[in-house]
Amino acid sequence: MKKDIILAGVGGQGILSVAAVIGLAALDYGLVIKQSEVHGMSQRGGAVISHLRISDKEIYSDLIPEGKADMIISMEPLEALRHISFLKPGGWIISNNKPFVNIPDYPDKNKLYEELNSFPNSLLLNSDELAKKIKAPKSANIILVGAASLYLGIPFENLENGIKQIFGRKGEEVVAINLQALKLGRELAGSSA
Amino acid sequence: MNRKLLLGDEAIAQGAIDAGISGVYAYPGTPSTEIMEYIQKSKFAKEGKIHALWSANEKTAMEAALGMSYAGKRALVCMKHVGLNVAADAFMNSAITGVGGGLVVAVADDPSMHSSQNEQDSRYYGKFAQIIVLEPSNQQEAYEMTLGAFELSEKYGAPVLLRITTRLAHSRNGVDLQERRKPNEISLPEDPMQFVLLPSVAKKRYKILLSLQNEFVRESETSPFNKYFKGTNDKLGIITTGIAFNYLMENLSEGDLTFNVLKIGQYPIPIELVNKIYNDSEEILVLEEGYPLVEEYLRGLIAPSKKIMGRLTGEVPRDGELNPNIVAIALGFKMETSFEPPDFLTNRPPALCPGCGHRDVYKALNEVMENYGKQKVFSDIGCYTLGALPPFNSINSCVDMGASITMAKGAADAGLSPAIAVIGDSTFTHSGITGLLDAVNENSPITVIILDNSTVAMTGGQKASGEGKIPQICKGLGVEPEHVRVVEPLPKNHKLMVEIFKEEIEYKGVSVIVAQRECIQTLTRRKKALIKSKKITVTK
Repeated sequence: MKKDIILAGVGGQGILSVAAVIGLAALDYGLVIKQSEVHGMSQRGGAVISHLRISDKEIYSDLIPEGKADMIISMEPLEALRHISFLKPGGWIISNNKPFVNIPDYPDKNKLYEELNSFPNSLLLNSDELAKKIKAPKSANIILVGAASLYLGIPFENLENGIKQIFGRKGEEVVAINLQALKLGRELAGSSA
Repeated sequence: MNRKLLLGDEAIAQGAIDAGISGVYAYPGTPSTEIMEYIQKSKFAKEGKIHALWSANEKTAMEAALGMSYAGKRALVCMKHVGLNVAADAFMNSAITGVGGGLVVAVADDPSMHSSQNEQDSRYYGKFAQIIVLEPSNQQEAYEMTLGAFELSEKYGAPVLLRITTRLAHSRNGVDLQERRKPNEISLPEDPMQFVLLPSVAKKRYKILLSLQNEFVRESETSPFNKYFKGTNDKLGIITTGIAFNYLMENLSEGDLTFNVLKIGQYPIPIELVNKIYNDSEEILVLEEGYPLVEEYLRGLIAPSKKIMGRLTGEVPRDGELNPNIVAIALGFKMETSFEPPDFLTNRPPALCPGCGHRDVYKALNEVMENYGKQKVFSDIGCYTLGALPPFNSINSCVDMGASITMAKGAADAGLSPAIAVIGDSTFTHSGITGLLDAVNENSPITVIILDNSTVAMTGGQKASGEGKIPQICKGLGVEPEHVRVVEPLPKNHKLMVEIFKEEIEYKGVSVIVAQRECIQTLTRRKKALIKSKKITVTK
């Protein structure tokens, strides 16, 4: 079993908590992980990327080779496409469709959607709105994890354990809200599959 | 066995804790910052058993670590690669004095310059100082090498350099931990003159260092971190250093390659092992994360009879970090990517945070500089370097910590008028103070704007050593008190800032404007913490 996942977004969008939830779930399931992340200058509103590798065998490279990623999970549609060269044929793109516009020349969002939808395995979710609807505005990321969960090869209960570990110290309420977001993402992905 | 998920930086930190250090000294710098931060969060630091506070710069950190070592206790000092330039004087001479308690210098290099102004390779510093260098390929090795580095340091009475690069520093993996070693008690050098590098002593001490060189090579030949894997196909021998081994294995595990491989993790270069792979193989490929150090050695000045490939011959790019794809191409594998990003994608460079005080300073400065012409603003290293980019385009230099003030002085000496320096509070206390003294001594016509957000912001908000003291420091250096101005960079103070900037630029001597407002990131964090601890309540 081996899953290579590119996590993409803008500095401050919380891709590291997505990496942590999936990473801890993988460990909980008895797998090994390597996860590289970006610290430093790019975190100031720049494009950021994290490589998350999950396997039942030793993982060597901290970086995923280009053309080999099983999945791109992106907090933002432009950032989903920026790292598209990592995706292998038939790989999944799971992305928030809400543009994060902090640059003057942000491309036409419909062109982005068109491009993303041209991939057979892409799922664009309005996760910001969905998160607001379930009164969990900070959990848009976790909805994406829920949507990705169908293709991660990690049992759902391990992902739930990952959420409990990450958010446990913030209190039961925060855990409950994120579990709900995870479930919602899973259901949405299930119904569109 | 105790197993923890750790960043490469954290594995070094945990290794140092378990090696029984009594202190860690550092100045923040990507990608090394998390080493100190991890130790600061440990119970040993919290209970005061490990001294773990930031230093003013890498030189003061290196010297304090050497002082702790003099007193017989183990010390770790950490920095980014360019920080070692700042610490170089103390570092080079620590190889001559030797050490008491184990002394390990952990340096994180940044090939590809993700957050740096160059990609210098610290292994050359290790060779320059003629000491042992360790370079891990993964997090487990980062941990074990840190333990080993302290042992080697105490065995030979010499400092040890531990070199990592960005990808390992900021990548997580499971690490198996060992029992913590007992820290040392205080003990002083047997020879009271050991650390007195008067020429007569230095000559003796240098001979001692030279006499250790063969021992260091012998350690490399038998080191568990240097391994030769004899394959069945002698067509190619591959030498890897540090993290390059992982990229090689990533490619080998998918094919069935059986070439000879020499994995190097400890220097000086193991001469016998290198000779072995050279003699066993028809051609050699060198994969190094960094400069072609091993490759240059192999090639020498007189060409060897066998073909040697690497960064100098184009099989591997001359600059930048390695990755699995670069290594695959060097091995002659075909790399296929199925998708390319569409051409309408735009770049998203980092930018100053919304609400950041630097924005207000640059807005006012740009308005003032309209009257004085372009390219007269020297700047420095920090978040505010982003002011070089649109929409501000306010600054014209970023070279090394503190250079804004001294470059402005030099330009003023040349007759450039006005000459402005823009520098952050932490960069000022790191290396700007001495430059300002130069300017004061000559009453140079420069205007220094100190962006005082009371933190080391770019690296994540570490404690700034000049917090609350910047105007006093300037006055203490001899800047005329009426030309040390303090402003609060807020949009509502725009007009006032423009006026003050103009007045001080017109003054033909040293003037300092301290733009004081807390970093928006640390302010937000501080407020959240207060709300969480219920010290303040939020009304909706």
